[in-house]
Amino acid sequence: MKETVIIAGFGGQGVLTMGKILAYSGVMQDFEVTWMPSYGPEMRGGTANVTVVLSDKPISSPIAHEFDVAVVLNQQSMEKFEAMVKPGGVLIYDTNGITRHPVRTDISVYTIDATAECARMGQAKLFNTMILGGYLKVRPVVKMENVMEGLKHTLPERAWKMLPQNEEAIHHGGEIIKQIR
Amino acid sequence: MAEKEVKLMKGNEVIAHAAIRYGCDGYFGYPITPQSEVMETLMELKPWETTGMVVLQAESEVASINMVYGGAATGKRVMTSSSSPGVSLMSEGLSYLAGAELPCVVVNCQRGGPGLGTIQPSQGDYFQACKGGAHGDFHLIVLAPNSVQEMHDFVGLAFDLAFKYRNPAMILADGAIGQMMEKVVLAPQRARKTNEEIAEECKSWAIYGKPESRERNVVTSLELQSEVMEKINLRLQAKYKAMEDNEVRYEAIECDDAEYVIVAFGSSARICSATVEMARAEGIKLGLLRPITLYPFPKNPIRELAERGVKGFLSAELNAGQMVEDVRMAVNGMAPVEHYGRQGGMMFSPDEVLMALKEKLINKK
Repeated sequence: MKETVIIAGFGGQGVLTMGKILAYSGVMQDFEVTWMPSYGPEMRGGTANVTVVLSDKPISSPIAHEFDVAVVLNQQSMEKFEAMVKPGGVLIYDTNGITRHPVRTDISVYTIDATAECARMGQAKLFNTMILGGYLKVRPVVKMENVMEGLKHTLPERAWKMLPQNEEAIHHGGEIIKQIR
Repeated sequence: MAEKEVKLMKGNEVIAHAAIRYGCDGYFGYPITPQSEVMETLMELKPWETTGMVVLQAESEVASINMVYGGAATGKRVMTSSSSPGVSLMSEGLSYLAGAELPCVVVNCQRGGPGLGTIQPSQGDYFQACKGGAHGDFHLIVLAPNSVQEMHDFVGLAFDLAFKYRNPAMILADGAIGQMMEKVVLAPQRARKTNEEIAEECKSWAIYGKPESRERNVVTSLELQSEVMEKINLRLQAKYKAMEDNEVRYEAIECDDAEYVIVAFGSSARICSATVEMARAEGIKLGLLRPITLYPFPKNPIRELAERGVKGFLSAELNAGQMVEDVRMAVNGMAPVEHYGRQGGMMFSPDEVLMALKEKLINKK
């Protein structure tokens, strides 16, 4: 098992944290993991991304130029990362703010309207765990119990009271993700 | 696995944890991307409340390295960290530390240069780290970690080697290793040395208050009599020779039957280990030799590969070709040695390196 995922969007959407929850879930499942963030000019300019690799063998390169899955949360990231999904791979995106939808036909494409759903619920903070839930529905690479452990290790203790809402958001993300291609 | 202390951490964060756990007495630094998490983590961990370790943000890198000089002169285990432009500011201090034969640890989390350059990963400081980087005939001990675990382990190793040889040791990382998170097992807490232990172990050179029982110790790099200064230089050279004889460390991956060998260190070596997997899948007998100590450089293992008949070497570095000179010297004309690199903060991909290997060596007649 080896899964290379890029999660890309705006700073503040919880992109890096979502990657960290996924990576920590992998640690809990005894996988090897790497988490490589953008920390450069793109982050200072508002967009952020993180590459997470989960594997049952030692991970050679933490830097990837093609991905099994791209989770795309803004238009800039769509333009950059649609082309970098491996043939047969998966693209997941939130349609909010997307002006040019993906065109590739050799990959599976899913939408998850988590921005709209969080706005409807009045719970903007659950955005990234809802997206994570959508991803895990499509790619169940880690067990839910390990995801909850990963979440606990990622959130500071003062935020643990939010664990049940986040668990609910993960489940809800799995319900609202739709395959369009 | 819950019993073992497996954490998910950034390379920079782990430097801070390792410093505390290996019994460091003092850290003096100044923030710079991509290594600012080292001091941020230390400030969060507040080791002055637990082990008594001092953490101080100095007014500049020049001040940091001279605080390190002062701490090291008293026999304490002290360190600093920075990134490329900040390390340049420290270079005078490093020469003085080497000249005065003081042990310390310096972490360089390299970014693209020259000048202020970028904040992305680079290996453009190989010459600076391995060829002195400041005035005078001296060497740093240079360790090149390729994982978050090695970032942790090398803090301990660097202190051990620095004290064994009374010489500054540098951990030459880069933005990728510093910013990346991986699993890491933290070492058990090692107690800081007591003043009595320091007085016993460092009594021949350190200045911690002169007891009646011995002559005074003098810590200096100044000696105006050339005859004496030459002797000091010869002693330093003998020390570097001992390092070259005893401290070479490297990792050889799939080198036993290799027809071609990539030489790469740090983050590049991680990328190139994927190149080896890809090449082997195509039936190309490719190996990877990863220097762990960049100084002393593993020239004998490379020479032995050339003597055994390796058809070509590719030095893959995130720079315009620096380590390749040392590889060429080791191979000494027995086989072609080429360089492939990206610069300015760009990183190569595994298949890019494989393409370069084919173009520059395998398909070249």
